[in-house]
Amino acid sequence: MNWLQSNLDQIVAYTGAHLAQSLPPILIAFLLALPFAKLANAAGWLRTGITTASGLMYAIPSLPLFVLLPGMLGTGFRSPVNIILALTLYGLALMVPSASDAFRSVDRDVLSSATAQGYAPAARFWAVELPLAGPVLLAGLRVVAVSTVSLVTVGGVLGVPSLGMLFVDGFRRGIPVQILTGVVLTAVLALMLDALLVLAGRMLMPWTRRGAPRRSRGRERTGAAA
Amino acid sequence: MIGFENVRKEYPGGTVAVEDFTLEIPSHRSVVLVGSSGSGKTTLMRMINRMVDPTAGRVLIDGEDVAHLDPVQLRRSIGYVMQASGLLPHRTVLDNITTVPVLRGTSRRDARTRAAELLELVGLDQQVATRYPAQLSGGQQQRVGVARALAADPDILLMDEPFGAVDPIVRADLQQELLRLQRELRKTIVFVTHDIDEAFLVGDRVVLLRPGGIIAQQGAPREILARPADDFVSRFVGADRGTRTLHLEEVDGRRVVVDADGRATGVLDHDRTAGEHMT
Repeated sequence: MNWLQSNLDQIVAYTGAHLAQSLPPILIAFLLALPFAKLANAAGWLRTGITTASGLMYAIPSLPLFVLLPGMLGTGFRSPVNIILALTLYGLALMVPSASDAFRSVDRDVLSSATAQGYAPAARFWAVELPLAGPVLLAGLRVVAVSTVSLVTVGGVLGVPSLGMLFVDGFRRGIPVQILTGVVLTAVLALMLDALLVLAGRMLMPWTRRGAPRRSRGRERTGAAA
Repeated sequence: MIGFENVRKEYPGGTVAVEDFTLEIPSHRSVVLVGSSGSGKTTLMRMINRMVDPTAGRVLIDGEDVAHLDPVQLRRSIGYVMQASGLLPHRTVLDNITTVPVLRGTSRRDARTRAAELLELVGLDQQVATRYPAQLSGGQQQRVGVARALAADPDILLMDEPFGAVDPIVRADLQQELLRLQRELRKTIVFVTHDIDEAFLVGDRVVLLRPGGIIAQQGAPREILARPADDFVSRFVGADRGTRTLHLEEVDGRRVVVDADGRATGVLDHDRTAGEHMT
């Protein structure tokens, strides 16, 4: 416990750095995945190509990627930019197939009905297709968020400041509390982010939280009388 | 008036949905396109609001070729009801009904006032206004679908098997409701179905289609029943089934109508003359 008290400032700084490296890749991967997914759904061969490429991207081990990127980008070895870029790629690898499924989950009849009502194509995308893809998009985004928060720790091995530093340093110095603090805080961060996303989903998609379809009052009355 | 002039629809790959279709649909009447799947009936209906563009020929609304109209504006001026209601599942009933008026620039407040009237018109309680479509029964959803189609007070109403997905009792209810609405509103209705009984019930005129959008026969229901053009029409209207061929039998001094299978279906009303019946 002593260790915790004397290193509180450091822990807070690492947590902040961890968030700063997690949030941009989550956001960028999500936003970029939408056009990629729409493109993938435009044609069968594109879909196969894009989902395969996404799968392969996830197969690249993270540590070598973190090491290679500075050379390719000309960034510093310990720059968080490497981490953010690498994690955006991993995020895309998860999010593109998921977003592609999300758009395909939208009922074609509802879309064609929206067209028949007189929605112009862009308006139909923003007002109908995107919100209806929302629940599946959210499911994908939650996986990306949790996975990104945990992957940020790998940067700790290279000395990029994050909660990962706590367990790398803790191992080196043999301080179990430090290792535990790093692990627990990473998990807490991931869970908090996940909870925030679920909450945001409920606020943005109120139609998903109403329970099982209710019958009308008229129906209930008839039912009771029968 | 809606006019089809030598309309053809051929899809890439060579499938011909409609070969050569010509028809005039008078204003303020309900016309039913009836046929089996592959008859091109839905394709033809969707040409009216440019959901489908013909490969050849013209579709005219009051003399104007729809190909020259902006499709989005055109669709906002035509009511559309489809089978599974096609309501937006993420919008409340009220928002669904006000969609088109709001897209057309009506103020939200006016659109809401109108929506409340429409709910009453289609026989729904005001309480459903704040519900989502999934919280309604199938029949209620179809009623909302009709209210939504009427929201911008269109002259033309397109109905694509609107009652196909509800159970027979609710369907009969909705059909009667549509007849009542049509007596009040006098819209030009184009109605698509594969159910000949429904076609005869809701159609002032019925257009019976063969595969490829070829008109087998058109006319008032009674004309088609009285003089089926050929065997295809006879079979389609069920003239060969017992239920359409009726005869009279005298029972205790009253004349009872009996079908070909010997089932009594009703009693002949002596007070009503044929002339009255025709109006």
